[in-house]
Amino acid sequence: MSNNKNILTTTNLSIGYQSKSEENVIAKNLNLTLQEGKLIALIGENGIGKSTLLRTLSGLKKPLKGTIHLNNKELKNYNHLDLAQNLSLVLTEKLPPSNLTVFELIALGRQPYTNWIGKLTKDDLEKIKEAIALTQIEHLSEKKYYEISDGQFQNVLVARALAQDTPLIILDEPSTHLDLFHKVSLFKLLKKLAAESNKCILFSTHDIDLAIQLSDEMIVMTENNVVQDQPCNLISNGIFDTLFKDENIKFDSEKGRFMIR
Amino acid sequence: MVLTLVLNISLGQVAIPFKEVIKSLFGSSASKDTWEYIIINFRLPKAITAILVGIGLSISGLLMQTLFRNPLAGPYVLGLSSGSSLGVAFVILGAGALPMVLSDFLLSSYGIILASCLGSFAVLMLVLLISKFLRDTMTILIAGLMFSSFAGAIVSVLTYFSSAEKLQKFTFWSMGSIGNISWQNIFILLVAVSIGLLISLFSIKSLDALLLGENYAKSLGLKIKKSRRLIIFATSILAGSITAFAGPIAFVGLAVPHLSKLLFQTSNHRILFWGTILIGAIIMLFCDMVSQMPGYDFTLPINAITSIVGAPVVIWLLVRKNRLV
Repeated sequence: MSNNKNILTTTNLSIGYQSKSEENVIAKNLNLTLQEGKLIALIGENGIGKSTLLRTLSGLKKPLKGTIHLNNKELKNYNHLDLAQNLSLVLTEKLPPSNLTVFELIALGRQPYTNWIGKLTKDDLEKIKEAIALTQIEHLSEKKYYEISDGQFQNVLVARALAQDTPLIILDEPSTHLDLFHKVSLFKLLKKLAAESNKCILFSTHDIDLAIQLSDEMIVMTENNVVQDQPCNLISNGIFDTLFKDENIKFDSEKGRFMIR
Repeated sequence: MVLTLVLNISLGQVAIPFKEVIKSLFGSSASKDTWEYIIINFRLPKAITAILVGIGLSISGLLMQTLFRNPLAGPYVLGLSSGSSLGVAFVILGAGALPMVLSDFLLSSYGIILASCLGSFAVLMLVLLISKFLRDTMTILIAGLMFSSFAGAIVSVLTYFSSAEKLQKFTFWSMGSIGNISWQNIFILLVAVSIGLLISLFSIKSLDALLLGENYAKSLGLKIKKSRRLIIFATSILAGSITAFAGPIAFVGLAVPHLSKLLFQTSNHRILFWGTILIGAIIMLFCDMVSQMPGYDFTLPINAITSIVGAPVVIWLLVRKNRLV
């Protein structure tokens, strides 16, 4: 392993849902380590619990067991504001209707730092400008967010998370609804951000072939097991073969992608 | 706004020359005592009430629309006004069943305000409770409508069993009126509306965050439960106190936030807040002027006017901009 700083670590983490009488455990004994400067992909079939894992890691949901440490401090000891300065999110949910411009939307990322009425300081404006420049959406900034395409909108959401200026960014299936071109450019953007700004970026995706090629590490979720490793190690260990239960989907380890028999 | 304010005061059933209006407003006595009396004790309080009502209802509509992420939300649609009506109906129509001291207190303006606030607060809490179980905001609105007809039904039952005198008092209240409010009551209304506005002012940042939805708002460090409680409290104190004095006034709470969103073309609450205040005051003053056109010796119920004036305006804006948020 490299000597990058650990941003987020989990110790014997169990995730799932707690109802009155029973626990519905989705995954247990997770020992994950997310390091700075890395782009990490989370994959697994539909319904396996990727979103639950992301929601737990981001503090939207309580873990059943085990601990999560963010920057050497336990996640549950963070207050709202501190957490917002250490962790930003890009979610799958649609925004409620509003007249927000792209710029205003990105500027909302500065909320954890602004005063009681949300006034942007020079420093805030600087960060927003930086986020817009990194995601190359200068030409969109005065448009309303509903006037731009899905691909552009994903970039805007990434820019908003960047403006929040946190060491860790978590994205839930950012590449859904995008065509191949926009998927690739989004992943390349994430990779560039991880490498250049030394952030840790964790995202879930179904675009496994792209994730294999572009991410530094992958977390593979299957029913019985959760593995974190570099893509090439995952391939040589045959992990991808266990991903889908269907006999007809096979992983071709030479081509690095799934084939249908 | 200043223009509509002065116009509002100048126009009324008794024609008073414009110059005299200005004179009596600025302290020097007008040439006829009756004129001065009308202006100071009738028109000025009415104009101030109109401003307070317009501002308060509009802001409560703005808060509801952002909180519920629904452009159709407003104090009237979500049953807040009906809740107030129910509270007031209980007090006016049901006070006879209570001991004298208590009923005296309840029938005072404080009692009616309190009842009205509690009524709207109760409905709002119910709507919020339901909205926890219902994900779809459309269903929440339907639930609000159900509450409002439920409250209406109870009011009908109460009216059926009450005396003609009490019934008349309640009916007048429910037609909506911003006249005949004493200076003392205006002061109470002013305090209530100011508290509501102050809380709203401090909620601006949370409202902006809520534009992204609750999960994003949370990830931005917002204490969602606390903000929600504050916003609800502000809404019910605004809608409740206004409904107590002026009766259930339709439409303003729903329409004015949209007018300001369409005019200012933004969702930024720092702009919308002031825009909504401005437009709310202007619209209410204007509606009040229409309701008592000079030259006629009757005053139409303000409730009718707000809808007659407001609805076409919103439809016209909708058709022009083709988008409602």
